[in-house]
Amino acid sequence: MSHLSEAAAKQINEICDRYASERTPLMMILSDIQKEYGYIPLEVQELVSERTGIPVAEIYGVVTFYSFFSLTPKGKYVIGCCLGTACYVKGAQQVIDKFSEILGIKAGETTADGMFTIDALRCIGACGIAPAVSINGKVYPKVSVSAVSGIIDEYRAKENN
Amino acid sequence: MSKVNIKIEGIPFQVDAGLTILEAAKQCGFEIPSLCAFNHGECSQASCRVCLVEATGARGLVASCVYPVAEGMEITISSPKAVAARRVSVELLLSNHNRNCQECEKNGKCELLHVAKITGAKEDRYVGAQTPVSIDRLTPTITRDTSKCVLCGRCVARCKNAHGIGVLGFENRGFKTIVAPAENRSFINSPCIMCGQCINVCPTGALMEASEIDKVDAAMAAGKYVVVQTAPAVRAALGEEFGMKIGTPVTGKMVAALRRLGFKKVFDTNFAADLTIMEEATELLNRIKNGGTLPMITSCSPGWVNYAEYYYPDQLDHLSSCKSPHEMFGAILKTYYAQKIGVDPKDMFVVSIMPCSCKKYEKNRPEMEEEGGIRDVDAVLTTRELGRVIRRAGIMFDRLPDEDFDNDLVHDYTGAGVIFGVTGGVMEAALRTAYFVLTGKEREGVVFHEVRGFDNIREAEFELAGQKIKVAVTSGMKGAKVLLDQIREGTSPYTFIEVMGCPGGCINGGGQPYVREVFLPNEDANIYDTYMQKRANALYSEDERQVWRQSHNNPQLQALYKEFLGEPNSHKAHELLHTHYNKNRKKFD
Repeated sequence: MSHLSEAAAKQINEICDRYASERTPLMMILSDIQKEYGYIPLEVQELVSERTGIPVAEIYGVVTFYSFFSLTPKGKYVIGCCLGTACYVKGAQQVIDKFSEILGIKAGETTADGMFTIDALRCIGACGIAPAVSINGKVYPKVSVSAVSGIIDEYRAKENN
Repeated sequence: MSKVNIKIEGIPFQVDAGLTILEAAKQCGFEIPSLCAFNHGECSQASCRVCLVEATGARGLVASCVYPVAEGMEITISSPKAVAARRVSVELLLSNHNRNCQECEKNGKCELLHVAKITGAKEDRYVGAQTPVSIDRLTPTITRDTSKCVLCGRCVARCKNAHGIGVLGFENRGFKTIVAPAENRSFINSPCIMCGQCINVCPTGALMEASEIDKVDAAMAAGKYVVVQTAPAVRAALGEEFGMKIGTPVTGKMVAALRRLGFKKVFDTNFAADLTIMEEATELLNRIKNGGTLPMITSCSPGWVNYAEYYYPDQLDHLSSCKSPHEMFGAILKTYYAQKIGVDPKDMFVVSIMPCSCKKYEKNRPEMEEEGGIRDVDAVLTTRELGRVIRRAGIMFDRLPDEDFDNDLVHDYTGAGVIFGVTGGVMEAALRTAYFVLTGKEREGVVFHEVRGFDNIREAEFELAGQKIKVAVTSGMKGAKVLLDQIREGTSPYTFIEVMGCPGGCINGGGQPYVREVFLPNEDANIYDTYMQKRANALYSEDERQVWRQSHNNPQLQALYKEFLGEPNSHKAHELLHTHYNKNRKKFD
């Protein structure tokens, strides 16, 4: 608990209070925290537990069940590679492997500079444009292996400007 | 309640609407094999798929533990489809199970093996990947081995329902799912109070007590002066380990067995329960007289003490400073008694037979030590472990004669000590003595009915020497939370509160014999609803048989005070018999 700044603790309590009248507020609380901070470490789960009365083990269970939630900080740009059936047969595995190769990280990991995270996703519902990649909400259709380095450069360039 | 008409195997029955198929079938005389369903829906995850049956109106087979009966439903348990499906469910569980059953201490009481036998499952029909295993043997109390876990969720439900704590939860997803404290930590680094209720409900060997049988063996082999003490609740349940009916008191046979196991002396923790009452009643009266912190709360249950330290560190002043009875006994045995019989306390090894798994943790606490690094208690065995040791020694328990504890300075006990083993007992025992201390005479009618029973929170008002005091009794941490929150808010109307960690008190402790209907064919069908009362009755009847029923009338206890301790709460008593609590325990260390 000691790692948390007072301001962060206050904000997390505020997020919890937003859903105080809900019967099952946990998903909404965690969702807001994930959006706000990019991850939900145990200290934060403890705080949520104290505020809501939901046991930490239960919160931890939800956080580890849904791949949307993360226990470790995610990169500034989260590269979501769809590995659903349609994308997979259209070569999504080769696409995600290329991202891994260029960035030097595996799926679920974050680059040392905190810039990129690769997420392996199950069907994001964009089968018509398979293989699809979604980066911070922007969707790239029919991504080929040769297009991968260009996509990464696009974000690196954005950072350098 | 409205009724519905159903048919099971073509035979018509009328049952309560709203029942699950599993419950309804049971009432009609059919036992559908099941694993995750437990205790009237305390746990029904429908996760094990062992209870699949055919039911009209349903698509495919249904999990009978969650599927409700409906008017006109026809249920088939024995159809080839249902029989095969149940067998496959068990075979799939077995395929991801560490099947070293021979060395598993749960063998004989394992429900997975039971359903495997019933369904005719083959242990190696499916061979494939296994979930990564984690094993926690860091605590002195509970061991967790995920290779034995069937993910039934009973432990998760018990920790949450009985205590409102919820230390255990499901983690990860799909094939990687495990049941564990957050971050798959050890219990020792989690806010687990180590009550052992999770052990009591686990159908397999995934959760077990940490055994200290080897430690006792080593002390015996090393020629130590090994003495043993037994808690009151043990005698009310030990017989179950040997097939006796639940509630059979076995005090005499237990003593005879311990003597045959080679213990130098066999003592009754009840002597120290009486001692605890003298100290605790005096402490209470002093607090009332001198404006001390009230309400005072009992401190006999180490699970409860753990809970208070983790969750209410700001309220620890309310806990009595008394050590628990077996720790007090250890301290007396290694000082007063060792001196009297001329044994060096360093050569003495005190074993406590307890209904409790948490006593194993308690005995390791730094506070439970006397001068020169002498531990009050050296090893704790649960009732279940004692059963194992007796079987190992080839002792035929039911053929043992009834013997008495060693009549040696610390032998006597009163009925007040005996009832410590059931929720409300410490309160009743303390009130019996407090009444005498305040009025100088015994209360007419020794029983305090108001504090007996199993309701979650029981309260009563008594007049003690012209003063009205309100008391409350609870067991399980859910009730404790209510009472502690009142204290925190300054609205508690009570002067004295008894809290026990396990629901029902020590008779239902985390070290007591497993109660499973499937292994108890000779008990009533509703045994899971009545076993606590049956064990409690065994203790209440022993109380009734005692010559003395108030702690202060224990003659050898009076001698102990006269010759050694002085008076209750004396300086010496404080040194040996009292303790303090840790307000700095981190929940996730």
